[in-house]
Amino acid sequence: MSDNMKKIPPKMPPKMPPNRHGGVPMKIEGMKLDPKVIKRIFSYMSKKHIVLLLCVVACIFLSSLANVYSSLFLEDLIDGYIKPMLLNGSDDFSGLLSMLLRMAGLFALGIVATFTYNRIMVVVAQGVLKKVRDEMFTHMQSLPIKYFDTNSHGDIMSRYTNDIDTLRQMISQTVPQVISSAVTIVVTFTAMVTSSIPLTSVVIICVAFMLFFTGKIASQSGKFFMKQQDALGDVNGYIEEMMTGQKVIKVFCREDKTKEIFDEKNEELYRNAFSANKFVNMLGPINNNLGHLQYVILAIAGCFLAILTAAGKFPESGFMSIFTISAGTVVAFLQLSRSFTMPVNQISQQMNSVVMAMAGAKRIFDVIDEESEADEGYVSLVNAKYGDNGEITETAEHTGLWAWKHPHEDGTTTYTKLEGEVRFFDVDFGYNEEKIVLHNISLYAEPGQKVAFVGSTGAGKTTITNLINRFYDIADGKIRYDGININKIKKSDLRRSLGIVLQDTNLFTGTVKENIRYGNLDATDEQIIEAAKLANAHSFISRLPQGYDTLLTNNGANLSQGQRQLISIARAAVADPPVMILDEATSSIDTRTEALVQKGMDALMKGRTVFVIAHRLSTVMNSDVIMVLEKGVIIERGTHEDLIAKKGKYYQLYTGAFELE
Amino acid sequence: MIKRLSACIREYKLPSLLSPVFVSLEVVMEVFIPLLMGKLIDNGIEKGDSSYVLKVGALLVVICLLSLFFGVAAGTYASKASAGFAKNLRRDMFHNIQTFSFASIDKFSSSGLVTRLTTDVTSLQNAYQMIIRIAVRSPAMLIFSLSMALSINAKLSLIFVCIIPLLGAGLAFIVSKAHPVFKRMFKVYDKLNTVVNENLHGIRVVKAFVRENEEEKKFRGVSQTIYKLSKKAEFYLSYNAPLMQISSYTAMLLIAWVGAKLIVSSGETELTTGELTSVISYTMQILSTLMMLSMIFVMLTMSRAAGERICEVLDEKSDLISPESPVTQVRDGSIDFENVGFSYSGDKEKLCLKNVNIHIESGETVGIIGSTGSSKTSLIQLISRLYDVTEGTLKVGGVNVKEYDLDVLRRSVATVLQKNVLFSGTVKENLRWGNENATDEELTEACTLAQADSFIRELPEGYDTFIEQGGTNVSGGQKQRICIARSLLQRPKILILDDSTSAVDTKTDALIRKGFKEYIPETTKIIIAQRISSIEAADKIIVLDGGEVSGFGTHSELIASNEIYRDVYYSQQKGGKENE
Repeated sequence: MSDNMKKIPPKMPPKMPPNRHGGVPMKIEGMKLDPKVIKRIFSYMSKKHIVLLLCVVACIFLSSLANVYSSLFLEDLIDGYIKPMLLNGSDDFSGLLSMLLRMAGLFALGIVATFTYNRIMVVVAQGVLKKVRDEMFTHMQSLPIKYFDTNSHGDIMSRYTNDIDTLRQMISQTVPQVISSAVTIVVTFTAMVTSSIPLTSVVIICVAFMLFFTGKIASQSGKFFMKQQDALGDVNGYIEEMMTGQKVIKVFCREDKTKEIFDEKNEELYRNAFSANKFVNMLGPINNNLGHLQYVILAIAGCFLAILTAAGKFPESGFMSIFTISAGTVVAFLQLSRSFTMPVNQISQQMNSVVMAMAGAKRIFDVIDEESEADEGYVSLVNAKYGDNGEITETAEHTGLWAWKHPHEDGTTTYTKLEGEVRFFDVDFGYNEEKIVLHNISLYAEPGQKVAFVGSTGAGKTTITNLINRFYDIADGKIRYDGININKIKKSDLRRSLGIVLQDTNLFTGTVKENIRYGNLDATDEQIIEAAKLANAHSFISRLPQGYDTLLTNNGANLSQGQRQLISIARAAVADPPVMILDEATSSIDTRTEALVQKGMDALMKGRTVFVIAHRLSTVMNSDVIMVLEKGVIIERGTHEDLIAKKGKYYQLYTGAFELE
Repeated sequence: MIKRLSACIREYKLPSLLSPVFVSLEVVMEVFIPLLMGKLIDNGIEKGDSSYVLKVGALLVVICLLSLFFGVAAGTYASKASAGFAKNLRRDMFHNIQTFSFASIDKFSSSGLVTRLTTDVTSLQNAYQMIIRIAVRSPAMLIFSLSMALSINAKLSLIFVCIIPLLGAGLAFIVSKAHPVFKRMFKVYDKLNTVVNENLHGIRVVKAFVRENEEEKKFRGVSQTIYKLSKKAEFYLSYNAPLMQISSYTAMLLIAWVGAKLIVSSGETELTTGELTSVISYTMQILSTLMMLSMIFVMLTMSRAAGERICEVLDEKSDLISPESPVTQVRDGSIDFENVGFSYSGDKEKLCLKNVNIHIESGETVGIIGSTGSSKTSLIQLISRLYDVTEGTLKVGGVNVKEYDLDVLRRSVATVLQKNVLFSGTVKENLRWGNENATDEELTEACTLAQADSFIRELPEGYDTFIEQGGTNVSGGQKQRICIARSLLQRPKILILDDSTSAVDTKTDALIRKGFKEYIPETTKIIIAQRISSIEAADKIIVLDGGEVSGFGTHSELIASNEIYRDVYYSQQKGGKENE
C-alpha cells in the first residue's frame, strides 16, 4: 500500500489542433530504452537537482523499507509475542509495547521520507520540464523556415503537449515507483528466502506465470490498439474535413449522406475501441486473481509444511531442514508474497509508460537537435548621421537615417547608407538540391523603384522575395543589398530593414494596437494610428467595439479577410522599412479600397524600394518594372507599356487570353 | 448535464448495468477471500488440520475463478458500454451539427467542433468507463469490507471506523485545495497552446519582423506560470501519500496493540490470530479504497469541462428549421427583399444590413458590388436561408422563405460560396454533390458551362482524378470552376455566385457568363464580383455601401447616378480600356 497508491490525477489532454491522423503521432514499435536519451534527460537537471535526486533515492529507500516492515511485523507480532504470551498466559505487554513503539518510530521515519521525496520530485520534475519546454521553444525560434515547411504544425504542437506530458509522468511517477518497487522487491525477496526457500520457489513460478500471461494479453491488446488508432484517425480525419466544409454540406443539403458515412466509420471505431479496451480491462482482474490463486497455493503448501514440521517430519539439520516452517512463518510469508507480487506487477505495467516517455523524449530532443538557421553575417544595421564633412557616422539616437556598419579584415570599419537597392546576379534556387525552381534570376531594383512579379502559381514569385530576406539561401549566384552581399549581413538586421506583408495574414492574440505595434515595438499610439490611416484601416478599426483596444483572437476571426489584410499592412507600415515586400497583400481587398491603400502606400514608400506580387494586374500596372515569371525563369521584363507593346505573355494575360493558375 | 449525457447511453444500457452488477459480484468474492484466508490460518495452519486447509483452499480456488470470471465480464461490459457511449455521443453530436444553422457553425467554429467530437469525447469515454467500473467497485468494496470487519470483531473495527473519517476529510481537503489550482493550470495550458500555435502559423511574420526574442519572452512567461501552478498543485497532492501512510500505519499499530491484548486476555476466544490478520487485511483494503475514491473524484471533476462542452453542442437547437406544413415547390426564381435588416447576433441595434428593398424578376442577372465589409455576402446568404433575416421579409418565388421546406429551398437556390471547399474524392464524386443521380453527360454539360470541362479532361485521370482534401492539387481558378459546375448540377431556380470567379481570368469569366445567358436563361443569377467587367452586362446591379443599398439599376443608370459605382468603375478603367 502507501506510496504505491500515489498517483497524480491524469491531466486533461491539453487541447491541440487535431492532426489528420487523430491520436498521438507516436510510433512505439521498435523503441528500446535508449541510455543516451536517459542521460540526456538527466543533463537537464542542475547540480542542485542531482543532489536532490540523491536525497530522493535515499528517501524512497527508507519509505519502502518501512512499507516492507509493515508486512513483516505481523510475523513478529504473532510468533514473537502473541503466541508465547498465549502459551505462558502472561499479561506482561511491555515487550510488545516497546516493539510496537519501535515500529512506530520506523513508520514515522518512512512517512517523513515519503513526504520529503514526493515534495522534492515535484521540484525536480517541474524544473526539468520547464527547462526542456523553454529550450525547445527557444531553439524552435532559431530554426530555418524550411523546418516549418516540412513538419506538420499539429505534430510540432503535440511535442509541447503530449510528449512533455509523457515525460512528466515518467519523471514524477514512473521513476519513483520503479525505485520503490525495486527496493520492495529486493527486501521482500530476501525476507522470503530467509523464511522459506521452498515457498519462495513457489512464488517465483507463480510470478513467472503471471508475467507470461500479462505479456500475452498486452500484445493482444496492442494489436487492437493499433487498429483503434487507425479507426480513430479515420474518424477524426473525416470529422475535420466535414467540419471545415460544413457550410458547403448545408448548401448542397448533403446532411443525410454525410451522416450515413460518418455512422459507418463511427461503428468501425466502436468495434475496435471495444476490443482494445476489453483486453486492458481484463488485465486488472487477471492479475488480481492470479495473485489470490498464488496465495491459496502458498497457503496450502505452507500449511502442509507446517503440519509436517509440527509433526517433526523434518530433521533439525541437513538439506531437508529448509522445509521446516512454523505456522506463524507461513502467515507472515503469505503477507510477504503479496508485497512481492504487487511491485512486480507494477513494474511490468510501468514499462509501457517508460517506453512511451522515451519515445516522447526522443521527439522533443529531435526538435532541439535540429540545426539552427545559419548566420555568419557580420554587417549590422546602425543609426547614422551625417558628419561634418558629409560622411556617415554611427550614432546612438534614432535619426531616421540608417547605415550598414561593415567591419573589414584590416580592422577598419566602413559605413554604407541604407538605400534599399537590391540586385540579383544569376541566382539559382531549389528547395532541395535535385529540384531547382529558380533559374538564372537577375534583377535590379533601384532605391525607390517598384518592382512587380507576375506569373502562375508555382512560377517562383514568392520564392524570390523569400530569398531577399534569407528565409531560404540561394544555391548559386549572388544577391547584393546596397552593394553588400546579403550573406554578410546579419539576418536579424537584414530582416529588420525589410517590411513584408504576406499572402496569408497572421495576427496574434492581443489587441489591434498590439498587433500593429508588432511591426515596431517602440511605436507610439499616434504612430500606430498614423500607420492604420495609411493602410486605410483606421475607419473600420474605430468602428470596432473597443477601437484599437479590441481584442483579436483566433487570427482575428472576428474580422473579414480584407480587414485582416489591412491590419497587416498597417503593421508593416509602422515598421517604416526602406524596402517593402507585398506578397498578394491586397488580394482580398476590393479594388476601390485597394486604390485608397495604394495611395497611402505610395506616399509611404516614396523613395523606397517595393517588391509587389499580385494576381490582379491592376495592382501592378503602375510599377517601374514588371517581371513575368514562368517556371522559375523571368521571361519578360519592362514597364506596363513596354510589355503591352511587346504583345507577349503579359499582353495575353492582360487581355485575358491567358489564365493565371 | 448528466441527464443530457446519459440520454446517449441508449442501446448500451444493458452492458452499462451489467458491468456494475458484475463488479459488485467480483467485490463480494474478493471480500470473502481475506475472510476465508483468515479461517485457513486459524483452523487449518494453526491447528495443523490439513483436510481443512484443502477444503477451504478448494473453496478459495473456486471463489478466485468466479471472481476472475466476474472481473473479466465486468471489464468487457464496461468497455462495451463506454465505447458504445462514446459512439453515441459522437453520433448525436455529428447528427445535431448537421442541423446547425450557419450562425451555430460560426459560434462554435470548425476547430471547436472538431475538438468536441474528438478529444472531449475520449475524455468522457474514459470517465464513463471509470464510473461504471471503479466508481462502483470502490464504494461496494468499502461497504462489504467494513461489514466483514465489523462482523469479525466490532470492537477492533472501531479503530478504523474512527480513522476513516479523518482520512476522508484529509483527502477531501487536499482535493479541494488542489482542484482549483489544476483548473487554473489547464487554462494556462490553453494559453501555451495558443502561443505555440500562433507562433507556428505566423513564423514567417515572426522572422520577418525579427521578433524571436519577444516570442520567447511571451512563451517563457506562460511557461513560468505553468511551472508555478503545477508546482503548487502537485505540492498539495504530495500530501496524499504521507496522509495515506499515516492512516494505515496508525491503524495497523493500534489494531496490533488492541488485537494482541484481546487475544491474550481472552485466550483466543474473542479474537483469534487469523481473525486479526483478516481485520488488518480489511483495514488496508478500506483505506486504499478511500484513496481510489478521492482519485476518481479528481478525475471526474476534470472531465466535467469536457462534458459541458459536449452538452453545448448537443443542446444547440437550430432556429432555422422547416415549418410545420412547408411549401414544397418553388414557383420561380423571383426574389423580394422587403425592408430587410440583418445582424449576425440578431441584435436589432447592430444591423449590418439595413432597409433593403429590392425586387428581382425570375431569370434576371443581378450583379452586386461594394467595398470590403459592405455585407455583400450577408445579403445573398439570406436568400437560401443560411441565416434568417432579423427584420422584414424575404420572399423567393413570391413566398416567404421561412415557409419553405429547407431542403426544397436550398436545392432551388444554389449558392457558390466565397470560401468554397472541395472534398477528398474524385472530381466526379465532388460534382455529384450537386446531384447524386447526375449522368456522366450531365456532368460534362455542367462542366462545359462552367468552363471546367477542358482542364478536367487534361487532368491525369480526367473526371476520375482524385482531389486532395481541400482541393490542394488544383489551382484556385480550377477549384472555383468545379464549384460552379457542382452548383449548376443542382439545376437551381436561383444561382448565386459569391465572388466565385475571382481567380478565373477575365476571358474565361466572360465565357462562363455568356454560357449562363444562353443555356440557363430562366435561372435567376446573382453575381457578387470585385471586377466591374463581371457584372457590367447584368440586368440590374446592386451597389452596397456600409450595409445599405446605395444604388440599384443598370450599368448606365448607375454610372449616371451613383458616385460609388462611378468611382469603382473608373478605378478599374484607368489605362485599361483595352481590357476585353
